[in-house]
Amino acid sequence: MTTIFMWILLIFLVVCAVAVSFTKNILNSILIFMSYSLIMSVIWIMLESPDLAITEAAVGAGVTSLLFFVTLKKIGRISSEDEKEVENGSAESSDETGSENES
Amino acid sequence: MSIRKNQQEYEKSRAYRFSRWLKGEKDPFVGVIEMKSQNPDEDPEQFYSQEDYEAIRRHARDYQNNQMIHRYNRVYVVGSIVACLALIVVLIYAISYLPAFGKADSVGTNEVATRYIENGLQETGAVNVVAGMIATYRAFDTFGETTVLFIATCSVMILLMVEREDKRRQLHLDDREFEPVQDEILQHVAKILCPFIFMFGIYIILNGHLSPGGGFSGGAIIGAGMILFSSAYDFPKIQRFFNEHIYVIVKVTALMLYGTIAVYFFYTGANGLESVFPLGTPGAILSGGIILPINIFVGTEVACTIYAFYALFRRGGL
Repeated sequence: MTTIFMWILLIFLVVCAVAVSFTKNILNSILIFMSYSLIMSVIWIMLESPDLAITEAAVGAGVTSLLFFVTLKKIGRISSEDEKEVENGSAESSDETGSENES
Repeated sequence: MSIRKNQQEYEKSRAYRFSRWLKGEKDPFVGVIEMKSQNPDEDPEQFYSQEDYEAIRRHARDYQNNQMIHRYNRVYVVGSIVACLALIVVLIYAISYLPAFGKADSVGTNEVATRYIENGLQETGAVNVVAGMIATYRAFDTFGETTVLFIATCSVMILLMVEREDKRRQLHLDDREFEPVQDEILQHVAKILCPFIFMFGIYIILNGHLSPGGGFSGGAIIGAGMILFSSAYDFPKIQRFFNEHIYVIVKVTALMLYGTIAVYFFYTGANGLESVFPLGTPGAILSGGIILPINIFVGTEVACTIYAFYALFRRGGL
């Protein structure tokens, strides 16, 4: 049973690692990278090294991807794709922000 | 049989407001949550004139006419595939020379690992042998790693830090001002989660010699909690207890004390002297000699580093 679970995790790991480089959308590729780290931390637990599992979950899945998000937002790769949704969705709230800008 | 309320009293009740919200007559969040759309960025096309783009399109990548680029692209694709395949073959060939996993005569199972497992508890006093190994047998390596973290933050500061507050505002470095500051959902979640995250990080640091964990993992968790706090309640709120001044004091003090303890430990260990840090009873919270203070110093160092990365990336200063 454990061996089957391990094989499933390892296959997911390889699929994630390949999918990160083949995804066109840069936001999706960061999310896949996060899931890669989570699978890796489960594998660390199954290899009986919980020390590494904690570090992998905190640094790999948490902090590294957060720094990716912040950097991509700074250089404007994430916001440009969301702007279309904002333009469609914020029809009601646009008059409020408009009056703020004028005043 | 229930008593029928009059209309005015009914309009004040929660049930009436809930039914209005269900029918879609009123949205309770309009005017409460700050909704602010992002300022549009500058159009990057404006940097060059239109003729330049047409000229570039005409000359640079004209695949139909430019046979040279066409041929080069084909050679490039074939060459990169061949190089990748060659690298894969070389790496797999090298892996075949590694000793099998768990084999008795492999390099991994020499007398060093045996000594760690057999004598680790008596010599370091740590129930968690991994922590004992990292903090005492390999204290020099761990000290180098902590120094690397210190130098990494220093170099990021050199690259990204803008010293003065007014200049920072002038350059629009803080991209928080394009976002809604009063995000109620995030703030409530942060209010509930942050104490538990900090407590869990401190628990992992202080319990590093008894259970899985240690300075690095606990420090990373505390740093992640601080990032959550600062993204929920803007930077001025976190600057009340963690600003640049406190950052410098905490970080330098932690590294210096760590260095002092490490040097003292090397000196007594090399000369066979008695150390002032008692090993204590294995399993007690105050045991394990230098492991507990070293875990605390590494934890503060890592937490500072992770939060400093976030703050420097975000607004160019702490």
